[in-house]
Amino acid sequence: MNSFGNITAITKRELGGYFSSPVAYIFIVIFLLLTGTFTFLFGGFFERGQANLEAFFLWHPWLYLFLVPAVGMRLWAEERRSGTIELLLTMPITAWQAILGKFLASWAFIGLALVLTFPVFITVNYLGTPDNGVIWATYLGSFLMAGSYLAISSLTSALTRNQVVSLILSVVICLLLVLCGFQPLTDFLAARFSPAVVDTVASFSFLTHFMSFTKGVVDSRDVIFYLSIMVFSLFTTSVIIRSHRAG
Amino acid sequence: MLVSYQTFMIRVENLSKAFGPKVAVNRISFSVEKGEVLGFLGPNGAGKSTSMRMITGFIPPSEGKITVGGYDMVADPIPAKRLIGYLPENAPSYADMTVSGFLGFCAELRGLRGDEKKKAVNRAVEMCFLESVYYQSVDTLSKGYRHRTCFAQSIIHDPDILILDEPTDGLDPNQKHEIRSLIRRMGEKKVIIFSTHILEEVEAVCSRAIIIDRGQIVANGTPQELKQKSDLAGAVLLCASGVTAAEVTDRLANVSGARKTTIVKQDQGKIWARVYPKSESRNGELARAVHQAVQGWAIEELHTEEGRLDEVFRNITLPDTAKEETK
Ligand SMILES: Nc1ncnc2c1ncn2[C@@H]1O[C@H](COP(=O)(O)OP(=O)(O)O)[C@@H](O)[C@H]1O
Ligand SMILES: [Mg+2]
Repeated sequence: MNSFGNITAITKRELGGYFSSPVAYIFIVIFLLLTGTFTFLFGGFFERGQANLEAFFLWHPWLYLFLVPAVGMRLWAEERRSGTIELLLTMPITAWQAILGKFLASWAFIGLALVLTFPVFITVNYLGTPDNGVIWATYLGSFLMAGSYLAISSLTSALTRNQVVSLILSVVICLLLVLCGFQPLTDFLAARFSPAVVDTVASFSFLTHFMSFTKGVVDSRDVIFYLSIMVFSLFTTSVIIRSHRAG
Repeated sequence: MLVSYQTFMIRVENLSKAFGPKVAVNRISFSVEKGEVLGFLGPNGAGKSTSMRMITGFIPPSEGKITVGGYDMVADPIPAKRLIGYLPENAPSYADMTVSGFLGFCAELRGLRGDEKKKAVNRAVEMCFLESVYYQSVDTLSKGYRHRTCFAQSIIHDPDILILDEPTDGLDPNQKHEIRSLIRRMGEKKVIIFSTHILEEVEAVCSRAIIIDRGQIVANGTPQELKQKSDLAGAVLLCASGVTAAEVTDRLANVSGARKTTIVKQDQGKIWARVYPKSESRNGELARAVHQAVQGWAIEELHTEEGRLDEVFRNITLPDTAKEETK
């Protein structure tokens, strides 16, 4: 109960922090513009002549690659730069509550950005009769994938007091995790290694696990994959934060 | 029984902290009781902040034990942290929040909600004179106000223990005075530890002072006791007019109980001389002896000196340059 209260207080503050600067609004606008552009221009949403949102979701792993680390980069880097981490961690709360509270705030922020893409959903329903089950499943997959990107950003943010360094690090890590399931790369690997190796590498990819969601399948293995990335990254965040203080 | 158990609010035993090969704090031990205002004195880099960070649970000690209100800070940090209010060095606060938002957030982390929270925030705002900036964003505040906002945060839950790292650093004289009187007022009912390198501050507010140098405690006592360590303590200062320096040294050379005499200064026909005592006796004997010896002179001033803290400080802590050499 107490820990719930602490987490809520931190989440609330962090969300407030996002919206107290224009950055949050700029981010949302950019996110919506980019998803719109990619869906309708490059995704060929209309040309496909299909009542689904494949053209929309197709771009999410790539858009997240830059946008999500930008949301997560301040989580701990800013606390360390300004020294407020000393205030936060001498409060009667655990480091876990702080890590979780902050993570949930950034995740909720991305969630809000996702919710604001509802015009695409309305459009496709207006133009045709899509399988909305598939759309909901993909939204869920996208949200889980964003959480994984964020947890990794939380980790890199704890590594440094410089937000830009944090951003670059998390983009690189996330890029690796996307690429290891990217078709050209898996083809390349398949020509050289046994299928088992290729599958193992691909099984670490954000892309691979996102694919089944886009087909409307909510497989527990995919959900568990994203959740374990989050748990692992947040756990590592706590280890990093502890090691800083240990000197 | 419970009373005796609770007299020591903070107990530190053999506390050490090493950052890699560098030992920042080296086996310090002390305890603080309720009603004490303890000054942490020491030159820059002595290890004051590091000690405070360990006591408040921000960094774990490399060695040693910290007990706060009976709770072990390492094994049982949450209840220990509840008892403490902490003002870190440089008074950090969330720049993107308003004063009211920031204090409300801190109150929530202290477990206060609803009416309790509102009351706590109002009380802290009143005590730290923040009414005029209540709805202002922290990053638009002047340094003094930002400092007081963080100070307000530390007292928001009316803690039994206050730990303040250089609470008057960078403030103007009026603000310094305000903070000092606040500390003095609250010190009657709480345990306060505050660090400083300003000596007058120690005399003004502390009931006890610990001097730290290179990670070790080099002195621990009331400001009075520390001053006694001064060379000057017990010396008699004499000011006379119409006499020459030679006459003064001559006359004072034979005073009983005097070790030596120095001329402090000469100005507009007046002459100041200091007579150092041989022993520790200080019931005014030396002053009487001096008075006897100089009968007939026009005496402007004659008193026994208490000793000066800055002199003690200089004598027992090494200056920065000497420190570099010992490295
Ligand atoms: N995180 C750290 N890593 C390495 N050295 C540190 C760290 N924090 C403090 N120190 C060193 O420990 C010593 C004591 O520092 P500090 O406690 O800040 O001194 P004070 O507050 O008395 O000025 C200094 O020499 C400082 O350089
Ligand atoms: Mg310091």
